[in-house]
Amino acid sequence: MATKLMATKLMAAETRAKRPIRWHVGVFLAPAVLVYTAFMILPLFGTLQLSLFRNIEQSQVFVGLGNFRTLFGDPNWSVNFWNALRNNVWFFIIHMLVQNPIGILLAALLSSPRLRFTAFYRTAIFVPTILSFVIVGFAWKLILSPIWGVAPHLMDFVGLKSFFTPWLGKEQYALTALSLVSVWQFVGIPMMLIYAALLSIPDEVIEAAECDGVTGMAQFWKIKLPLILPSIGIISILTFVGNFNAFDLIYTAQGALAGPNYSTDILGTFLYRAFFGFQLQVGDPNMGAAIATIMFLIILAGVCVYLFLVQTRLRRYQF
Amino acid sequence: MSTATRSLPRALGAHAILLTYTAIALFPVILVVMNSFKSRAGIFGAPLTPPTPKTLDLIGYTTVFGQGDFIHYFQNSLVVTVASLFFVLLFGAMAAFALSEYRFRGNTMMGLYLALGIMIPIRLGTVAILQLMVATGLVNTLTALILVYTAQGLPLAIFILSEFMKQVSDDLKNAGRIDGLSEYTIFFRLVLPLVRPSMATVAVFTMIPIWNDLWFPLILAPSEDTKTVTLGAQLFLGQFVTNWNAILAALSLAILPVLILYVIFSRQLIRGITSGAVK
Repeated sequence: MATKLMATKLMAAETRAKRPIRWHVGVFLAPAVLVYTAFMILPLFGTLQLSLFRNIEQSQVFVGLGNFRTLFGDPNWSVNFWNALRNNVWFFIIHMLVQNPIGILLAALLSSPRLRFTAFYRTAIFVPTILSFVIVGFAWKLILSPIWGVAPHLMDFVGLKSFFTPWLGKEQYALTALSLVSVWQFVGIPMMLIYAALLSIPDEVIEAAECDGVTGMAQFWKIKLPLILPSIGIISILTFVGNFNAFDLIYTAQGALAGPNYSTDILGTFLYRAFFGFQLQVGDPNMGAAIATIMFLIILAGVCVYLFLVQTRLRRYQF
Repeated sequence: MSTATRSLPRALGAHAILLTYTAIALFPVILVVMNSFKSRAGIFGAPLTPPTPKTLDLIGYTTVFGQGDFIHYFQNSLVVTVASLFFVLLFGAMAAFALSEYRFRGNTMMGLYLALGIMIPIRLGTVAILQLMVATGLVNTLTALILVYTAQGLPLAIFILSEFMKQVSDDLKNAGRIDGLSEYTIFFRLVLPLVRPSMATVAVFTMIPIWNDLWFPLILAPSEDTKTVTLGAQLFLGQFVTNWNAILAALSLAILPVLILYVIFSRQLIRGITSGAVK
């Protein structure tokens, strides 16, 4: 007994002595941490700092939370800000309700055994995701344009021509239409992630389920879905972050003014206008930084919810 | 027997859904490319039919090639994307391995610190980045873009890869250690091949925003020499708003190289995903 205890102690001491500094950990981490810190974190703090200052008579004066008071209180800013925030939330809701379920459905269909042509489907469905916003924005603008008439022409085939209106030009539809264009573009990402997760489920688990008579839809809901929950968590948070940073699609399709009448304005375009100015308004880097700070806080809140409420409750399986 | 009879309608249903979605995904692309080869009358008269000898017209392409240097822009985009991708994957996998494999003081803090970048749009730091590039004389160089894109891609790469690396069996790595492999060998020879499918996925996710980015080329490298294809196309489209032939031709030229690149790359990707999904 005593010798055993001594041996354990010796071994513990030995391990402690054996690795005083594990250089390889530093070597593995250093390049990523250096590049990341220099080009992302430090500039970000520069911006957060900027939001607390204001340019008065050519010099930066510390104004505390003054810029935020302007943003929330001054009607010149607050009307646009709340509008952009509301639009952004709607933009996100559409992605969660349309993009992710479609992505999961497609991945589930693609991963079904003995289905042919899956490589073709996978490649084709991912095509929109590789296109740039410039292409997507312009192409859909052309398609939905009443001048060209492709959309009403197509709707005529299924007898829905009377439902056509120039969606991008109408205040009540423009944001939803653009959200769906964005869904169209990005559905490949949840599809690929879920697909990879589904493929990584070992055959033994599926075979065991089949032996127990769990097949088809029941197999998906009861066996596969719980196993891919971590991936669904990841795609949800990716969608959240992506949507609250979005800018390019709205910018290429509707311009910096996010028309008609700001109905497609989201935080990204609002930030751009505040930061760089447009038409009559002069760019104000400090107000831009304040908006950027708000966006940062919104996203931070979302990620905290994911990390501390969602991720910790997900069970991870090691096969 | 019952499964055999039941699986046919199910397969048909699956094909129907997938085909429908494939059509939705490809329709705009095909429409744009098809119409870029038509005359103005053809584009508006019969947008849904392929070009016929009567409507075939390459005026759009002549305009585009007369105006912009798209091949040069394409080269710039390629250099920036490939270099950034290489650094993101290498540095990202190394950091993800360190975080998921070793328990060291500050591990969780380091993980959170690196994950911070997933939620922070790197755009928010644009002013400070521009100041930094001006100070180091990197404005209007591709190096500036590569550095920024590497920083931009790393957090997500580390986040996803460490999720996957946690699933690599500890027994395997410990067996390697017992056999006397160094930590570097374990990483490069054992772990990297096992997470290759997820590396392919990360590569696609990293590559797309870099290739498609408009913001940083506009701010950090807008000179004629360093223009990327996205920026070139955006400026071109802005100039030719009412010239539909030119717009459709420019869009097609922006689509086709990426599409070809993607078809070549996707074989690799799909083989990666299907061959050895982490087990």
